[in-house]
Amino acid sequence: MIELDKDEMVVSFPDVHPSAELRLDFQRTLRIPDDDKLYPLPAGLGRFPLRHVDDFEARVPAPWIAHGGVMLPMYQSEALWIDFSGDYPMAVKIAAGKINAVTGKAWSDALQKKPQDYVVATLQPWLDGYCVEKGVIRQFVAMPLGSGYSAEEQITGEAKYGGLQIIVYPMKREIYRQTFESRKVVEFAGVPFYSAPSRGLAGAALRGMGLAPGGRMRQEIYDDPFDFSDWDTDHAARCFVHLANSMTWRAIVGEAPPTVPFTAAEYQRHRVHWFDYYAEGSSALPGAGVLNKLLSVVQMGKKKNDAPLPDNDSIEVGKVVELRKGLKDGQVREGRF
Amino acid sequence: MRSFGDYVRARRASLRKGDRSFSVRQVAQRIGVEPSFLSKVEREEVPPPSEEKIVALAKELDEDPDVLLAMAGKVSSDLKRAILKRPELFAGLIRELKHLPDRAVLRLVREVRDGKW
Repeated sequence: MIELDKDEMVVSFPDVHPSAELRLDFQRTLRIPDDDKLYPLPAGLGRFPLRHVDDFEARVPAPWIAHGGVMLPMYQSEALWIDFSGDYPMAVKIAAGKINAVTGKAWSDALQKKPQDYVVATLQPWLDGYCVEKGVIRQFVAMPLGSGYSAEEQITGEAKYGGLQIIVYPMKREIYRQTFESRKVVEFAGVPFYSAPSRGLAGAALRGMGLAPGGRMRQEIYDDPFDFSDWDTDHAARCFVHLANSMTWRAIVGEAPPTVPFTAAEYQRHRVHWFDYYAEGSSALPGAGVLNKLLSVVQMGKKKNDAPLPDNDSIEVGKVVELRKGLKDGQVREGRF
Repeated sequence: MRSFGDYVRARRASLRKGDRSFSVRQVAQRIGVEPSFLSKVEREEVPPPSEEKIVALAKELDEDPDVLLAMAGKVSSDLKRAILKRPELFAGLIRELKHLPDRAVLRLVREVRDGKW
């Protein structure tokens, strides 16, 4: 089942195991420049507010009610990443506009091993965008649905769904007990399943938004280290996350939208840290050819003779915090304090 | 809890202040009963009408049908069916929850709804 708790999505399977819980939060972040340079991970700048669409039935488009789920506000050209936390392994499929963010294929509920179309939370502590190459993603950037920028529109030619789609499968109870409880092991491949490292701050139309591929970022999408049969495909929970334009958020929910996002120049001026994450012993997926062929927002803008991204100048990357680099299996990570 | 007839009369009278189409006659016509019957229901000279008419009346008066049904001492058919399908589960659940504050009950039912997509 899926609930909301203080703007976090809580996915739990109490009938599988009391610990079978995964928390997902949708983090505001810097939109990295879409200039074909490779950037490290920008910091999280706080959670997007999350609301049930059912609570605003009269003010959201009818298809949103048919889809069910939740909604959050994004400014046009704002970026987002998804943070996973929990100590029970889960296979998580994520799509934007019903295009799988790992494979670029059309949505299906079922898990697929070859090619792997899901991430393993929280071995994968976060997801920032479309997996375009081994170790490289293109950042999720909100663009109005119907403007032609989103991965959905580039691949299907239609602006039908927008938003994010998520389905979560827990590990089978007996496998969890054997692998984690009986051996008192709380990590796999050197990466604890709890306490994903923090990436916190160290220092228009009602139609909704879709997620387009933005700037390039170093991020590995890890290969599933478990057997495919370890996932409990009899239990799943799924959710449609609608993206409302922040400019219409007040009209929909009666609350002020979040403040306008940081520009890259402001991020640099405030010396906010960048991050690199290493899960030693884990291998990365190769990236999807179909996603790699998509035009980024800036590339599509040029084709349309449009300038869709304000403040897109390249920037120098400041201090990069290396998370878990060089840690051996079982070694406890030292945080920032 | 206020009685059904009294509540319906007060709500209809309040709406009529701003819109004359909320007269007994016109509301009765719209929900498909005789005006004299609706008048008797409001004065509680007869028992509340059928579930179908109460739901129509709730829609007309912009009220929650489940609340009006409860005032009339009834439970909607879909709820009845759900309870009768798993009587032990729901009877136990309702008995467990009956003394909890609203916020605790809401916490139980605020699951994110999945739809068709």
